[in-house]
Amino acid sequence: MSADAVLRMVGVSQQYGTGELAVSALSSIDLEVLPGELVAVMGASGSGKSTLLSIAGGLQTPTSGEVVIDGEHLSTAKPDQLSALRRRAVGFVFQDYNLIPTLTAMENVTLPMELDGVGRRTVRRAGRDALGLVGLADRGDAYPDDLSGGQQQRVAIARAIIGGRRLILADEPTGALDSVTGEQVMKTIRGRVDAGAAGILVTHDPRHAAWADRIVYLRDGRIIDESRRDSADAVLVAR
Amino acid sequence: MSVRQSLLAILDQGPCYGYQLRAEFDRRTGSTWPLNVGQIYNTLERLERDGLVEKGDVNEQGHVYYEITDAGRVEVRDWLDSPVQRSTGTRDELAIKLAVAATLPGVDVAAVIHSQRRASLAQLQELNRAKYAGADPDGPEELAWSLVVDSMIFASEAEVRWLDHTEQRLSLHPRRALELELSTERPKRGRPAKAQA
Repeated sequence: MSADAVLRMVGVSQQYGTGELAVSALSSIDLEVLPGELVAVMGASGSGKSTLLSIAGGLQTPTSGEVVIDGEHLSTAKPDQLSALRRRAVGFVFQDYNLIPTLTAMENVTLPMELDGVGRRTVRRAGRDALGLVGLADRGDAYPDDLSGGQQQRVAIARAIIGGRRLILADEPTGALDSVTGEQVMKTIRGRVDAGAAGILVTHDPRHAAWADRIVYLRDGRIIDESRRDSADAVLVAR
Repeated sequence: MSVRQSLLAILDQGPCYGYQLRAEFDRRTGSTWPLNVGQIYNTLERLERDGLVEKGDVNEQGHVYYEITDAGRVEVRDWLDSPVQRSTGTRDELAIKLAVAATLPGVDVAAVIHSQRRASLAQLQELNRAKYAGADPDGPEELAWSLVVDSMIFASEAEVRWLDHTEQRLSLHPRRALELELSTERPKRGRPAKAQA
């Protein structure tokens, strides 16, 4: 187990329902993501990919198991601490961008920091930095409707990384994009991970999963690592 | 054969000698299919025999320039205008392997799929890395090279998708595999009789 993992999930299980009707969505998942590492999660529809991502980002509390982000145990955090940790450390990227249409690109990107009460000047500078990192330094004043799908997704990535947030959780980020634009978005995510972030990418698309350092499959609520030849069919063991 | 037509199409841009033609081919395909000079000269000889190119000037180093003929230009046009026909009868080794494995009692087809998928995904990652590490994609040579890499990426992806699909289909199958034991019927000589509908 690595001390500097940005995300650590240990024995995470998620059940829906109780007794005989209980459905196990995730069973004893162990997963670690290090700085500079991108892990792709694949698997059939309903295999628990999105549940895994929600739990990894602290949006959902698992039935059992431990989630640690940047050294903080989510199970012992109070609700307001959890929200603060999410805003400080975790950035989500969704298939449909989830930008607020009445805010400019800059306002969308800086919203999480504004909510944290960070000073205006710091927020502006962080926003400019984040937009610059995704190649949109000159589109800060544009509204989402004025941007192409690929640009909107890059704004969403800028929002996910603002203020040095280190954990990027992307749920089918290329799902609504054509293949060339999708590739640009993947390049942007890969670039941020290479710069030290850690990422989980949920995707159906093997071509985009190939941007990851590790590719794991979810099947029957368990993780199977498909990217290491030596681990055969073993359930993933954190390194 | 695309090497023959590719070389001819390059000659349509202007006369070239053998080494030069090889370099031009490499520039356009990112050295993905390296050709040796022997192949180039063999091809040029056959093109000359078929009246599609002819020998032209010789430079001071003794290199013979080959020029395209009118018949050669027609052939280039025809090649560019017509779709590439993929042979449908080719036996895909992997498809045959999985089809056979799926019908053998006691064989873990899922394990066969996993080991193949690991290999296919590793290849896909390598291709992606090669492309990601590539230089400025806006240059014409870089673009030509990345088009060839893209074609390999999409082919690898298709294989992984097909493996995912096969895994899912088999997992939904009530017995997880078809398990054909050896038939007690002994086939007669000649073509097997058609199955009854």
